[in-house]
Amino acid sequence: MMVDIQGLTKKYGSFTALDNLTLSLDEGVVFGFVGANGAGKSTTFSILSTLLSPTAGDAFINGKSVVREPKEVRKQIGYMPDFFGVYDQLKADEYLDFYGASYGLSAAERQVLIPQLLELVNLTHKRYEYVDLLSRGMKQRLCLARSLIHDPKVLILDEPASGLDPRARVEMRDILKHLKSMGKTILISSHILPELAEMCDEIGVIDNGKLIAHGNVAQIQDQLQGDKRLVAKVMDDIDKARAFFEEDPLVSSIEVIYGKNEIAFNYRGKTNDQVNLLRKAMLAEISIYALTEEEKDLEDVFMAITKGADEV
Amino acid sequence: MMGRFSNPVLTKELKLRFRAFKSFSGLMFYLAVLCIFVTGFLLIYTQFSGTAFFRPSDSFTMFAVLSVIQMGLVMFITPGLTAGAISTEREKQTLNILLTTTQSSTQIIVGKLLSSVAFLVLMLVAGLPLYSLVFLFGGVAPSQLITIFLFYLVTLIAIGSIGIMFSTITKRTIVSMITTYGAMIFLAGITGFLFFVGMSMEQMFINTGGPQQNVTPFSPISHFWATINPGVLMVTILYPEMATSLESVTGISMPVWIGYLIFYVLLTAFCLFIAIRKLRANMKTNR
Repeated sequence: MMVDIQGLTKKYGSFTALDNLTLSLDEGVVFGFVGANGAGKSTTFSILSTLLSPTAGDAFINGKSVVREPKEVRKQIGYMPDFFGVYDQLKADEYLDFYGASYGLSAAERQVLIPQLLELVNLTHKRYEYVDLLSRGMKQRLCLARSLIHDPKVLILDEPASGLDPRARVEMRDILKHLKSMGKTILISSHILPELAEMCDEIGVIDNGKLIAHGNVAQIQDQLQGDKRLVAKVMDDIDKARAFFEEDPLVSSIEVIYGKNEIAFNYRGKTNDQVNLLRKAMLAEISIYALTEEEKDLEDVFMAITKGADEV
Repeated sequence: MMGRFSNPVLTKELKLRFRAFKSFSGLMFYLAVLCIFVTGFLLIYTQFSGTAFFRPSDSFTMFAVLSVIQMGLVMFITPGLTAGAISTEREKQTLNILLTTTQSSTQIIVGKLLSSVAFLVLMLVAGLPLYSLVFLFGGVAPSQLITIFLFYLVTLIAIGSIGIMFSTITKRTIVSMITTYGAMIFLAGITGFLFFVGMSMEQMFINTGGPQQNVTPFSPISHFWATINPGVLMVTILYPEMATSLESVTGISMPVWIGYLIFYVLLTAFCLFIAIRKLRANMKTNR
């Protein structure tokens, strides 16, 4: 097990930022952390990066405790915070050289690694440019290269694509896919959920400091989506169909789309109930020629979760 | 072997510091002040006095005043160089990344301090050609110059450590800067005031003591305030007879430089200890 989080709790006075978080990740897994602002993602990442000590619980990176062996943990992780600065008066290769030295790499090792890392993040042509002159996207990529300088087993990336334009996002995503193919265990938080869904093997949803769901994308959607949203396409009398659905106790939130002759509604029943519903509709002489389920993507799930948080 | 003693923060800081234009402009300003003073002094003692020659005693006066001015500049510049060492990293959002590297807190703090000290030593060394004018005219022993420079070094390391400590424990550079200058004003100014207050009280006590007019003065607290005052130490280095006078008024025979050295070494150690402990304040284990 590469990452093992056991009952991690962080309190600031009476406020609980992280509440008994337990999570395990195998080597090579790409884990997406989803949650509203202030849900506890950055707190978790800060604890895993040895920047913050937990109030209770512990986390182990490749078997090393973040509480008792922080220096050993630092050798295992590459951390990229959501907001970071750079030393503007250093050149790109000097920037990487400094961090390489900070991780105890020899000058010879750094000389070999720096061109390779710059190539990985497509910044070879900027090697001798001052960091100050790089674009936001380039700085993000340089920071990613920096987090890889000591060849860590685990990458902790807090919003690595925030503030980037679409092209820079695509570039960042491609680099992360490449890192995934290299077998790195990656923990990533992002608000760009379709990208997370595409890239991550596992997703964790955190709300008010609690992990409320954990699994692959499909499992998360099943766990969190609640009622299905069904759309019935009706051949003739739509008001009669509406009256029929209103009588069913498993149906709620009916919406009639007159132009398309469609009725959309939430349905609490299972697949068998859905078959019975169609059978009853036929007996009631309501001509339904299609009954489809609206697909919810991760973004819908996220919106549903964060709706409550925004209202607080 | 070299790797064991290398300090990446020190290397990086030196690179950044010597690349910045403000470092060179600061050095230029510092030397300009010293040059103006030396030129003015020479003009006053040769051209304007009508004598057109320079006595060794005048040379010593120039050395003394030059030393005091240099000390003032060192005390003025050191907080500016060190009080933002850690808080600037925090403000620029580079500190968190630095703290996730395998560098120890000690390495980071010492690297920051040494880079500032290196720049200040460069300033002092850059002023040496002006001091050489003093030797041209005689009147000053090389040992006095060495003693003065050692005194500068101890003082600037101590003030630098205070700056680094405040920079670590306060979040904002401006707050750190103000507190460091405050501490410096206390050490250089208020200690002198407290010395005089203590001596006045001692005198009052003796005067109101009745017939025992020949009582030997004993004022360890006043001696302590005088001991930790950089100005007092400088005066006793330049004019050793002042040390005897101080001894006679406080009744303490310990040389000022010993007390000064002990105090500032302890102060440096304390400040660095606090800075190292507080750098990773959010972690229970500070490693």
